[in-house]
Amino acid sequence: MAEYLVIIFGSIFINNFIVSRFLGICPFLGVSKQVETATGMGLAVTFVMGLASAITYWVQKLLVLLNIEVLQTITFILVIAVLVQFVEMVIKKSSPVLYKALGIYLPLITTNCAVLGVTLININEGYNFLQSVVHGIGGALGFTLLIILFAGIRERMVFAPVPRSMEGFPIALITAGLISIAFLGFTGFKLNALFNF
Amino acid sequence: MEAGSLNVIINAIGLLAFLGITFGIGLAVASRKLAVKSDPRIDEIEELLPGANCGGCGYPGCRGLAEAIVSGKVPVTACPVTKDHSPIAKVMGIEVTSSEERKIARVRCAGGNKEAVKRFIYLGVEDCSAAQNLAGGPKACAFGCLGLGNCAKVCPFGAITMSDNGLPVVDEEKCTGCGLCTKACPRGLITLWPAGKSVTVLCMNQNKGAEVRKVCKVGCIGCRLCEKQCPTGAITVENNLARINPELCIECGRCVEKCPMKTIKGEIKQEREVILKK
Repeated sequence: MAEYLVIIFGSIFINNFIVSRFLGICPFLGVSKQVETATGMGLAVTFVMGLASAITYWVQKLLVLLNIEVLQTITFILVIAVLVQFVEMVIKKSSPVLYKALGIYLPLITTNCAVLGVTLININEGYNFLQSVVHGIGGALGFTLLIILFAGIRERMVFAPVPRSMEGFPIALITAGLISIAFLGFTGFKLNALFNF
Repeated sequence: MEAGSLNVIINAIGLLAFLGITFGIGLAVASRKLAVKSDPRIDEIEELLPGANCGGCGYPGCRGLAEAIVSGKVPVTACPVTKDHSPIAKVMGIEVTSSEERKIARVRCAGGNKEAVKRFIYLGVEDCSAAQNLAGGPKACAFGCLGLGNCAKVCPFGAITMSDNGLPVVDEEKCTGCGLCTKACPRGLITLWPAGKSVTVLCMNQNKGAEVRKVCKVGCIGCRLCEKQCPTGAITVENNLARINPELCIECGRCVEKCPMKTIKGEIKQEREVILKK
């Protein structure tokens, strides 16, 4: 139990995909104008990352078995692309409003490097199946947390008196940098000791 | 080739084919189950629209306009490019009552390199707006065509070509009247004109006659000869420039014959002349 908590908390706070690994910056900046769409994006990414972690674990086993690990990237991208297509259909069916709000960023989850990143990190860290899935979901929850926090700040920033030259993306990037620095405070936490009860 | 490397190739092809087929079937099933029922009229209307996604209607593409037509936000005649709107109206179950006349772009300047006086030789970027910003352009006439072809570049249908004389020529067959060129011209020389009416004043210069003569051989000098000749009162001269109201013009061609500067041009329809005499 403790090791899963370590993986979850580690991937949310210490090795957060956005502010620590710098993966998935594109949707982080693109879909963070409203909390509502940011939440939708976060949930979609969580779904894709969780499932991608689960499927790529077995795909990796197949790759090792067939001695063609060189094809890791292309097969993983194939898996992710299929998942994204599926998520797109689900969202289009269940919530047309969210589908419209996410717009181009929804199919772009395919190229969201956080998704490919989590599958590759799973392999590199040597996680087993359950650990991979937990890490995928944990990382995605970290992504969701960050994008919602950021959207909340950006919603308020619309009303803030920002210098003209800093309006829009410049101030958003500075804010992202400050959040990143804040999350730097989590580095060095000994999670193993914390959860070793 | 070694047996091992051959195996790798077969394995690679086999695995990717297997994954591709599995996922393909999975997605096909999912798309059936999760199919969103959209209004079939949207697809039908999109089929009827030209599909060039020119944006002349104000929507990002033909799909966007089709959705707007079905939702009733815009009339069925909203596409400026489509010549015959009745199939679209049929899909929507209504009839087009007043079929608007097809419009095409008309360049209202005849002062090419031969006719218009140049103040300097322009060697800058091949762009009308750039030339316009450089001391108002090389032409002495402040209203005339700059001749660098912004309109030809922007036309999505390839209907505008630049003549050797440095003037844009509109291919009336290809022109759909989308109006992109009217926005592209920094001097606003291109107007949408009813396709059937060919008599036009090919000048936009509002300066007095003497000044126009100095800068262009074919500019309108505001002499009012055409105004006096016109049997239907379609021509009015305002600010030293003759203007034709295409709704009143019967194309009798009297103004074309009388114009001392040969600024007014167009096909003369003799039949109308005969009718008039009667």
